[in-house]
This record gives sequence, structure tokens and C-alpha cells, in this order.
Amino acid sequence: MKILAMDTSNQPMALALVEDNRVLSEKLTNEKRNHSVQLLPMIAEMMQEVNWTPTMLNRVVVAQGPGSYTGVRIGVTTAKTLATTLNIELVGVSSLAVLANNIDQVDTLVVPIFDARNDNMYAGIYKNNAVIWPDQHTNITKLIANLTEFNSKIIVVGEYQNFVEQLTASFAERITFAKGLANLPKGSSVAQLGTAKAPEKWPHRFVPNYLRVSQAEADWQAKHPNEIEKDYVEEV
Amino acid sequence: MSIILSFESSADETSVAVVKDGNKILSNEIATQIKSHQRFGGIVPEVASRHHIERVTILVDEALADANITYADIDAIAVTYGPGLVGSLLIGVTAAKTIAWAHNIPLVPTSHLAGHIMAARFVKPIEYPALALLVSGGHTELVYLPREGAFEVLGETRDDAAGESYDKVGRVMGIAYPAGKTIDELAHQGKDTFNFPRAMENDGTYEFSFSGLKSAFINTYHNAQQRDEVLNKENLAASFQAAVVDVLVNKTAQALDHYPVKQLLLGGGVAANQGLRTALANLLANYDTEFIPVPLKLAGDNAAMIGAAGEIFYRKGRRGTYDLNADPSLEFEEY
Ligand SMILES: Nc1ncnc2c1ncn2[C@@H]1O[C@H](COP(=O)(O)OP(=O)(O)OP(=O)(O)O)[C@@H](O)[C@H]1O
Ligand SMILES: [Mg+2]
Repeated sequence: MKILAMDTSNQPMALALVEDNRVLSEKLTNEKRNHSVQLLPMIAEMMQEVNWTPTMLNRVVVAQGPGSYTGVRIGVTTAKTLATTLNIELVGVSSLAVLANNIDQVDTLVVPIFDARNDNMYAGIYKNNAVIWPDQHTNITKLIANLTEFNSKIIVVGEYQNFVEQLTASFAERITFAKGLANLPKGSSVAQLGTAKAPEKWPHRFVPNYLRVSQAEADWQAKHPNEIEKDYVEEV
Repeated sequence: MSIILSFESSADETSVAVVKDGNKILSNEIATQIKSHQRFGGIVPEVASRHHIERVTILVDEALADANITYADIDAIAVTYGPGLVGSLLIGVTAAKTIAWAHNIPLVPTSHLAGHIMAARFVKPIEYPALALLVSGGHTELVYLPREGAFEVLGETRDDAAGESYDKVGRVMGIAYPAGKTIDELAHQGKDTFNFPRAMENDGTYEFSFSGLKSAFINTYHNAQQRDEVLNKENLAASFQAAVVDVLVNKTAQALDHYPVKQLLLGGGVAANQGLRTALANLLANYDTEFIPVPLKLAGDNAAMIGAAGEIFYRKGRRGTYDLNADPSLEFEEY
């Protein structure tokens, strides 16, 4: 089985080509360049290097969010378009789980974080590769409150810089922070997580896991609490 | 002979079409988000991007099925890469590039504005030189077309676009977004009794301005409200529309006097305006120029028009690479 795996959910861009659990090619960039400019050329280049053509692919795996809205959409649009146009399998994995997968320590609470500015963040709590506290848009206070419920060792991974002080103050004796490359997503992790999952039944309906409604919709829902979700898009 | 698969996602319509030879529509699937943005009184970019990604691949399959073709039949993929909302544009651009790569089909980056104008190809072949009046939600321009594929902007609006002024005035009147069509309908039941100002009518440029008209309208409306006076909606609409149409027709006449052209093309969402279509048809009775307004159904955003423009660029050899990006402030490019 030939897998193309991608993660564009934040500034880093991680790609891998994996065949039958063997990583043939893996790439990581981490610069302030637009994913829309970089992603497809890099996929094309990697595929050429291993002599794959698009029609040889069996499965596309993509980090489905959370993350930067635009970043996640570039990956998800590319992946769902590839899957539907080539009629191959599509799998979405959590962008936070991809980071958690970098940490290989048993019985430890693994906390992947994406900074969402101010005190806000996207985060989840993982242990032994299982989800303990689901991915969510949250803040540092709530995260700390939840971590207090457990007493295992904690390792934090990802964009934790702005939260180090508060986390250390709360869990000094049992917390550590992942170093260097371990804080960046790996294409091979995306592929690995995506190999274990069943493919999407309805790839056409596949959309990002934003974990947050847009500000405009949040405001609107607050003003219209009894309005039921409608199909707001019509074919004409 | 060519078959073009085309994509449009610059604002709040997601659309995919199949166009043959640049002038025959084999399919033109359009999903509009108007109902969604009506909640907010105008387009919210983040909401628009989210809707585009929900629909784009479904529309591709529908467009191919309705046209009764497969990927093997497609010669090129044309896609709007600007102008428009960056997040919206990116969905169409990303989907188009991905399909181009997956099936090894040439990619043709296309301007949304060229698309609005080239929708006229579905009426009859364009004869050059031609002049185009482009009137839409974000643009109001007189464009000279010396030859196929070349677009020279003679003048554009300094402030609001024509469609935008319809929408802003409509908002004040409590008309749902986008208000153009409703105001057009009201206008036909009223008379020009308010005599709103006609901006820059004889200033010797091909530029437009609609913000003064908008302010005059809003002042009139609010002053009446303060006096608890209810103004006749139909006459308000008729007066507003008469001012817009007068300015558009007047400037078009000046351009026609200076640039003798074989055809006048009318495109963009506001090209659906009945008052404008009639007034321009009347104007052209005095000129040796043929009037080609785009079909009503193709005035607003759609992918068929991108196929019509893209076919020209395809024939002329324009190709996009896989690093194609959205360009929110794109205008026309010569090729
Ligand atoms: N009958 C009509 N009379 C006047 N205006 C109209 C009519 N029908 C639609 N419109 C206006 O057309 C505009 C939409 O046109 P269009 O979809 O071409 O704009 P856009 O794509 O948002 O902007 P642009 O093409 O400049 O990027 C809206 O402002 C709408 O009110
Ligand atoms: Mg438009």
C-alpha cells in the first residue's frame, strides 16, 4: 500500500511517502512561506524521486486540524481532492496526535499544544497513545486544572513557549518540555497514525476539524440561540 | 477544439464548469452561500472559506457527470486565482492544481475579471477591438480590448463599486444582502423623483465614483426617518438606479466616442440590471457598435465564464505551475 501523508496545519510542513510501513521519503520545512505555494511542488518532487506517479497512490493521509484555519484547509483540500479525483482512500488524523506521536514514553501524560494567542491554545492530553482529554480549543487555566486531576509525569510538546512559566509553576516536579525537532510534526507520524485508521466513508464530505466556530458564527449563534443549523449553501 | 474544466471560488459562490471551445457550456455547477452570509449582512471571509471546502469536490464530480466526460477528455484546467478573498480563492486554486497534477493536465491561471467579460462569448464571438463595461460587487471599470487576450483598463471607480453601492443602500433600506436585484425590481415600479447627484459625469476621465451618491441617499433616508416621514421605496430605488445608470451610460458613451469599437460587452453581477441593459441598448442605437450584454444567468460569479476566458489564455500558451498562489488584488494580465 502506497501512502502519501501530509501536515500543513501550522507553519511547519511535514510530508512522507510510505509503502507497506516503510518510509521511502520524508520532508519537513519550517519557514514563513505559504503552504499553497510549497505543498504541491514538494509532493510532486518527492513522488518523482521515488518514481511514483499520482495514480499509483492507494491512500492519502492528512492532518485534519486543529491548527491555522488556512493551513489546515490547504492540506485538507489537497488531500480530499486527490482522494476523490483518483478514487483512492482518504484518512484524517489529529494534528495534535501527530505531535504527541513524537513522544515515546509509557505512562506519561503527553500534552501537545498549538498556541492560539493570548492565553488560548489548542491542546489535548494523551497517554500510551490513547486520548485521555480530547483535542480542544482551550486556555492555559483549564489545561492546568485538567492536568491536576492526574498524577503521572507530564511532557509538553509543540508551541508551548508562552506557557512554560505557568506550567512549571504548577507542576514543577513532574513536568518536562520536548526539545528541538520533537516539537515539529513528522510526515512519517502522519502516515503511521493514518495507517491504523479506517478510510473515510464519504471523502467528499471531509472537512477540517477546526475545533472552533468562526467568530461571526459564534456571535450569530449567541444572538439566535433557538435557530437550528440549516444548510446554508444551495446549488443553483 | 478544446474541453476546459474550470474553477471559480473568489467570493461566495463555489462553481465548477466544463466548457467546450471557449463558447459552449457543457455543465456549470454553482453552489451559492448567499443564505449563509445573509445572517451577517455581507460576506464573512472565514465562513466563505469553510463553505468552499465543503462543496468543491462534489461540484467537480457533478460537472464531469453533467458534461458526460471523463478526465481523459479534458485539455486544460482554468482557475480563478484573483481578484477576490484570499481564503476563498485558495480553495479553488488548490483543488484545480491538485487535479491538474493528478491527471497531468495543463493548468491555466485566469483572472476573475477577464471571466466576467468573456461570459459574452456565450452569446456570440467577440470581434475586436471591443469595449467592456465591467460592473460587479467589487469592480466598476471601462476596459478596452484591442485584441483577443488583451485588456486595458481605461478607468475604474475611485471608491465604491456599483454593486457595492446597491448593497450598501439596500442595507439601509432593510433589504437582504445582496440587494441589487431587489432594488432593480423596485426601481421599475417607481420614478426618479429625488434627483440624486451624478458624480464626475463630465470630468473628461473614465473614472467613476459612487460614494457621494450613497451618502446622498443615506442622508435623505435618515433625515426622513427623523421627521417620521416614510419615503416611497419604489421612487427611492428608481432615483438611486437612475443616478447609477446615468453615470455608467454617460461614461460608456464618452469611451465609445474616443474608441470606435465593433462591440460593447457588459459583464459582472450588475450586468443583470434591467435598467442598465435597456439604457445601454438605447445608447447603442446611435452607434455603429453591437451591444452584447452577458446572459442574465452568467452575470454573477460562475465557473463557465472562467472557462471562456481560460480557453483564450490556454490557446495563447499561458500555463500555471504547481506553486500557483491566490492573488487577491489581481487585475488583468496581458498574454
Ligand atoms: N439586477 C441587479 N441590479 C443591480 N445589481 C445587481 C443585480 N443583480 C446582482 N447585482 C449585484 O451584483 C453584485 C454581485 O456581482 P458579482 O458576483 O459579479 O460580484 P463579486 O464577484 O462579489 O465582485 P467582483 O466580481 O468584483 O470580484 C452584488 O453587489 C449584487 O447586488
Ligand atoms: Mg464577480
